[in-house]
Amino acid sequence: MRVRRLKAIAMKEVLQIWRDPRSLMIALLLPFTLMFLFGYGVNLDLKHIPICTFDREGSQQSQDLFKHFEASLYFSIARNVKTYAEMVAAIDRGDCRVGIVVPPDFSQRLNDAGTASVQAILDGTDDNTANISWGYATAVVAAYSNDIAVSAIDRQGRPLQQVQPLVVQSRVWFNEDLDSRNFIVPGMIAVIMSLVGAQLTSLTISREWERGTMELLISTPVTSGELMFGKLLPYLLIGWVDAAFCLLIAAFWFDVPFRGALSALFLTTTIYLAVVLSIGYLLSVLIRSQVGASQIAMVATLMPAMLLSGYVFPIDQMPWFVQDITYLVFSRYYVTIIKAIFLKGSGVTDLLAPILFLVVYALSVVALAGRAFHKRLV
Amino acid sequence: MNGSGVRDAQIIVDDLVKRFGGFVAVDHVSFRVGRGEIMGFLGPNGAGKSTTIRVLCGLLRPTSGQVLVAGIDVARNPEGVREHIGYMSQKFSLYRDLTVEENLRFFGGIYRVPRADLCERMRFAIDMAGLGGREHALVSTLAGGWQQRLALGCAVLHRPPILFLDEPTSGVEPTSRRRFWDLIHTLAADGVTVLVSTHYMDEAEYCDRAALINQGRLIAIGSPAELKDTALGGELLRLTCERLGPTLAALQQAPGVIEASVFGDAIHVLVASAARSLDELPAYLAQKELAPSNIERIPASLEDVFVRLIATDSLKQGRAA
Repeated sequence: MRVRRLKAIAMKEVLQIWRDPRSLMIALLLPFTLMFLFGYGVNLDLKHIPICTFDREGSQQSQDLFKHFEASLYFSIARNVKTYAEMVAAIDRGDCRVGIVVPPDFSQRLNDAGTASVQAILDGTDDNTANISWGYATAVVAAYSNDIAVSAIDRQGRPLQQVQPLVVQSRVWFNEDLDSRNFIVPGMIAVIMSLVGAQLTSLTISREWERGTMELLISTPVTSGELMFGKLLPYLLIGWVDAAFCLLIAAFWFDVPFRGALSALFLTTTIYLAVVLSIGYLLSVLIRSQVGASQIAMVATLMPAMLLSGYVFPIDQMPWFVQDITYLVFSRYYVTIIKAIFLKGSGVTDLLAPILFLVVYALSVVALAGRAFHKRLV
Repeated sequence: MNGSGVRDAQIIVDDLVKRFGGFVAVDHVSFRVGRGEIMGFLGPNGAGKSTTIRVLCGLLRPTSGQVLVAGIDVARNPEGVREHIGYMSQKFSLYRDLTVEENLRFFGGIYRVPRADLCERMRFAIDMAGLGGREHALVSTLAGGWQQRLALGCAVLHRPPILFLDEPTSGVEPTSRRRFWDLIHTLAADGVTVLVSTHYMDEAEYCDRAALINQGRLIAIGSPAELKDTALGGELLRLTCERLGPTLAALQQAPGVIEASVFGDAIHVLVASAARSLDELPAYLAQKELAPSNIERIPASLEDVFVRLIATDSLKQGRAA
C-alpha cells in the first residue's frame, strides 16, 4: 500500500465527482431532500383526528362531553350533524374518522341511573388509526366520567379529587413527549446514509469499465487494495459531511434531542459508512455497469433499511423468520445505535454488541470487495 | 527467422497460445525484441495483434507458452512487469473528464515518479505532445491526434524501458501519424524498446523489424528490406506490352515464373531470379510472337509483400481446413 498512489487515486476521484453532475446530486442534494421529505412525510402521531358529532339530545351535559373531545389534542370536531345518514356520508367521504353519537336520553339516564353510554363509530379501513382513536375516545370519556363522579360526590359533601381507587402514574423515558419524529428522524439518518453511500460507490469501478479507462489502469503498478481504499476515501469524506448535515437538520430543524456524545456518533457512523461504501464498491466490481450496479445497490440497501432495520416498523413485532433475517440487515445495528445515542445518550460501552456486529460486517465486506477485484481484463 | 539471434532481448515470446473458449486468438507465436528496437506488429483487424500485446502487458493470462518481458515471466508475475512497461491501449483510455495536466499528474502519482522530477517530466510530455498552452483543457475537448500524443506522454512519463503501443495511430490524420512515428524514433534512440501494432501496412517502413500476423499466426518477421527480399519468395519484374491478355497467359506458363498478374497498364511478374528471367523472357515471348515494349526489375513495396503473404496464407489455411 503506497500513500502516493492512494493520494493519486483519491485526488482523481474527487475531480471526477466534482465534474459529474449525477454524483454531485447524489452526494449533496439527495441527503437534504430525503431528510426533509422523510422528516415531514413519515409521521406516526395521530393528532386532531377529525370527528363527527351527532347530538340527539342537545343538553348541557352532551355539549360538555363534546367540549372534552374538542379540548383534547387528539380530536377536532369537523362536523356537527343532525341525522344518522349525514354522519354515514361524512365517514364515507373520509371527512371524519370517528362518529360520536349521543343518545336522546343521555342526561336523563346519567342523572337517574347514574350511568349512560355514548356510541363511537370508527372507520376501520385504517385499522391502526381506528385502534388509536378508540383508545383516545375511551380515555376522553373516562376523564369526563371521572369529572361527573367527582362533582356528584362533591355535592354530597365529601371533597375528593379522584374516585378511581387505582391509577397508573406513567412517566415516559427518552422520548418524553412521545413525539414519533424523535423516534423516526435518527433512524432516517441511517436509511439515508445507506442509500447515498452505496449509490455513490456503485458508480466508481463500473465507470472505469464503461469508459474504457480500466484497461490502462490495470496495466499500471497500482494494487487492488490501493485502488479500493483510494477510491473509498473521498466517499468517506462525503459520507461524514452528509452525516453532519443530517445531524444538524435533525437537531436544529426537527428539534430531535441529541443526548449522546458526538465522538460515539462519529465512530459508529464511520464503521457504518465502511459497510455501505464497500457494499456499493463490491457491486460496482461485480456488475461493471453503472446503471446495473446502482440499481442493485438501491435494492440491497434502501429496501432492507426501510423495512427490516426497525427504523419505523418494530422488529420484535415481526414473525420469527423475518426477525431472523433482520440479523443480516446491517442497517439494523446502526438504527439501534443511532437511536440510542440520540435519545438515550448511550455511549460506546453500552452499544458494544451492535458495534461489534457492524465491525464484523465491515471487515467481511471490505475483504470480499478486495478479493472480488482482479487486475485482468476477463 | 523468429529473431532468436537478437542480442539483449527485452521481450521474449516463446510458443505463445491464447484461446478464448474454442477460438484461438494467438496461435503458437514466437519472437524476440532487442533493447532499443522498434518492432512493428502488422496484420488485418482481428488478426490477434491486440490480444498478443495484452498478454505481454499481463492483462490477459496466456493459455500456454512463455512470455518474458524485461526478464520477468508475465504469466507468473504480471505485477512485476508493470513498473517496466508503458502501455497505450487501442481504445483511448485516459480520463476525458480530467485536464491534460490532471491526467499526467495522476499517472505520475500512480507510477510514483519522484516529485522532484515530476514537473520536468510533465513539461517534457506536454512539449512532446505539442500540447503547450492546453495544459488546463479537458481531454474530451482535444482532437484525436492530440489525445493520442497525450496518451503516449502518459505512457512514457515514468520512463519505462519497454513500450507497448496498440494501434496508436488509428483514426489519426496522416501528418499527425508522421509526427507520432518521429516521437517513437526519438524514444527508441534513447534505448526504449517499442512494440507497436498498426493496420496501416505502410507504417511497417518506420519499424526496425516488422512481424506480420494473420489469423493468430506469425507468418513473416524481419526488417522491411529482408521482408521485401525474401518473404515474397522471388523477385519482381514489371512488363509493359501491346497485347496484355495473350502476354499474361504466356507468362503464366513461362519457366522461372511464380506468378503473373495485371497491375494497372502493366504486368507484375514474380520470378525466382530476376537476372535470369530478364535474359530468358524476351526470347521466350518472341517465340510466341509477343514483344514486350519494356521489361525491368522493380522493388517490391511492403504492401505488395503483405498482401501476397496474407492471400497465400489464407488460401493455405482454407485448403488445410
